Amino acid sequence: MSEKDFAVPQKRHMGLKASKIISNTSIHILLAVISVIWLIPFVCILLQSFRVESTYQVGYVIPKQWGFDNYANLLKTDFPRWYLNTLIVALCAAVFQTFIVLCMSYALSRFRFKMRKPLMRFMLILGMFPGMLTMIILYRVLADLGMTQANAVPGLILVYIASSGMGYYVSKGFFDTIPKSLDEAARVDGATRLQVLFKIILPLSKPIVIYTILTAFMGPWGDYVFAQYVSFGTSAGKNVAVGMYGWLTNDQINKFYTSFCAGGVMVALPVTVLFMFLQKYYVEGVTGGAVKG
Amino acid sequence: MTKYSDLEYLRLSKGDKFLYRLKCFFSGIPLFFKNLILAIASAFKKLGLAVAHEAADLVNTFKNGSVPTRVSYAVMGFGSFCRGQWLRGLLFLLMEIIFIGYMILAGGYWLGMLPSLGLQGPEQVATTVTSLRGGTNTVYTTVYHDNSFRILLYGVLTLFFIVAFIYTWRVNIRQNKINDQIIRSGKKIKSAGDDMRSLVDNSFHKTLLALPLTGILIFTVMPIIFMILVAFTNYDGTHNGFSNNLFHWMGLNNFNEMLNWSSGATSYAATFGEVLVWTLIWAFFATFTNYFLGMLVAMAINKKGIHFKKGWRTILVLTIAIPQFISLLYVSKMFARSGIVNNFLMDMGWIDQAHLIKFWEDPTLARITVIIINIWIGIPYLMLITTGILMNIPADLYESAKIDGASAWQQYTKITLPYMLFVMGPYLLTSFTGNMNNFNVIYLLTGGAPTNNASSAPGTVGYTDLLITWLFKITQGAESKYYLASVVGILVFVVVAVISLVVYNLLPSIKNEEDFQ
Repeated sequence: MSEKDFAVPQKRHMGLKASKIISNTSIHILLAVISVIWLIPFVCILLQSFRVESTYQVGYVIPKQWGFDNYANLLKTDFPRWYLNTLIVALCAAVFQTFIVLCMSYALSRFRFKMRKPLMRFMLILGMFPGMLTMIILYRVLADLGMTQANAVPGLILVYIASSGMGYYVSKGFFDTIPKSLDEAARVDGATRLQVLFKIILPLSKPIVIYTILTAFMGPWGDYVFAQYVSFGTSAGKNVAVGMYGWLTNDQINKFYTSFCAGGVMVALPVTVLFMFLQKYYVEGVTGGAVKG
Repeated sequence: MTKYSDLEYLRLSKGDKFLYRLKCFFSGIPLFFKNLILAIASAFKKLGLAVAHEAADLVNTFKNGSVPTRVSYAVMGFGSFCRGQWLRGLLFLLMEIIFIGYMILAGGYWLGMLPSLGLQGPEQVATTVTSLRGGTNTVYTTVYHDNSFRILLYGVLTLFFIVAFIYTWRVNIRQNKINDQIIRSGKKIKSAGDDMRSLVDNSFHKTLLALPLTGILIFTVMPIIFMILVAFTNYDGTHNGFSNNLFHWMGLNNFNEMLNWSSGATSYAATFGEVLVWTLIWAFFATFTNYFLGMLVAMAINKKGIHFKKGWRTILVLTIAIPQFISLLYVSKMFARSGIVNNFLMDMGWIDQAHLIKFWEDPTLARITVIIINIWIGIPYLMLITTGILMNIPADLYESAKIDGASAWQQYTKITLPYMLFVMGPYLLTSFTGNMNNFNVIYLLTGGAPTNNASSAPGTVGYTDLLITWLFKITQGAESKYYLASVVGILVFVVVAVISLVVYNLLPSIKNEEDFQ
């Protein structure tokens, strides 16, 4: 064998390594580009919320004059009221919705009763109806109960909570993965089903409980359409989404564009901070539940 | 067509295999409908038999029953009281009292009005008032009579209540029958205490489900039934049922109004068809662009030798945290004619003032833009979901593929993709139907714009409107044709249900739930 024959595989090896470096570098660049694209709008919002020289939409991003004027201006509008409304609704919804979803998913995961399968199928079919359709009647019913316009907050809470049992899929999927033998062992030792839930299942379900609370909080925090329906015509009953949507209409945008950015930062901040800390649980819920369904 | 055995099938070439499966699918369609009809027929037969069986059982229980059992036919819960089950007895009796009271006081009226939805609308009553100076003035006051909206609502509720009452009555009699049997066999009957204990133990699911299901019944099932019924009335802004005109039953007229093709391109049906086609196109692209690109990003991050894996993931995940109404509204303004994107392109010298890109004004461009922005919205979710599944693919599959000399592309198409499609089939289906009803992205980005001026349908329908946003727009404004919105809603349901049913039956990965556990 000549030296040349040996050189070929070696060269090929070098080529492989080089191509690996090239591909890894290009993936790094690609990921960097993606990150930039994904962050651009948020960076723009943040920068423009500090723009002082004008309140309308401009073609440049970096402010010429920096300041907290837009944030101060928020206090002169109804924004604090909307913020409080949204906070109350989202907190209440998070607590009660989590309770209801956990009840529902535990029952459907652990009990085998006659109506279980038909019930699940029925809810699947119910989910195929566009939910938007029910808003008309829910609005009228809430209006009869005096829970619309300025009093929209309790009405919104009621509606967000009431149908939340339909969203049991993710947490049921999680409960399904907890071995049933644990339950049975406890039952043999004389625990009731209630005790099994509180002493065995819940302590093991921290990720899914946190995931449920987080998503239950985020739904109402950013909900636009039903809140718009219920608070129609008044400012006092609006949530942030409805209120701030009004700032971007054609006749308001020149006055409120930067206020929208400042408000957007205020709205995004608490959820982003929550996410920073609870990211692990959110990821676990999404990856675990979404597919098992 | 000829059916192949497994062995024959395996011997086919790749293209033939696909053709064969396609043929199987289409030749299966008539059979599917035949089975469906047969299933419906047998369901009716079963129902009839069940009713006959129930009736026979009722008669027999009465004939063979003890005195308390017989009294329970008229006074619910009497049997339970006699046997010391005071809790059940009390509940039964309470149900009966409330039911009779309700029917006499209110239910009868609502039920009687249901066929007509109200006889007399509001009227102006003139009263003559003598003023202090001696002249007379005529004062008009509006007197409200029937309220169609409430009649429909409470009428349906009353029907619900009647069904619930009949069911409770039946349960009451069945329990008496069981108790009779227990007494005859000389065993002990469960006490009220036993009942209470069972509610936190063996029947704990009843306690758990009571609250959620009540909520769903009142706030989802009831409204849906109500809105289905509205599709058969003329409920709209000018017939709101109480303050201007009553509304009435219209039969199938509304479906005719929506689906009648006779006036050609200006008919509502033409608009409906256009919006439906765009909705399907949108759902297809929104689902699959997100899916493949999300998977690509996930694979890029997961690849060996990539640094800051956690950092890349965190950046994408954090964008999920920001409420969509902020990001979508902001992005929609970025792409506006005077927005940042056009300004940036001008600064770079790629376009000039006269040629600003009309992202939201050109129908085709607007449609492409919403799909692209939706990718921006969707990739973080898909990246998260696919990351988990990608890690579950056994590594030795790739190892052996590498040894066999498979290229990266071959590994992707032969291992990764089939595995992902198999596992995520159901997810893709729900994601597709979810995208069909993706209100937020469309409404917050474009509000349906640009407006389709060729359409005469209510709700100023636009080129990017999905059925769901169109439905919402129909209910807005003074005209608000609620009945048409209901018709659209029912049609959306039909489309979603048909797609789900067909695809669900084709999916290979419908796992058995119990197997999974």
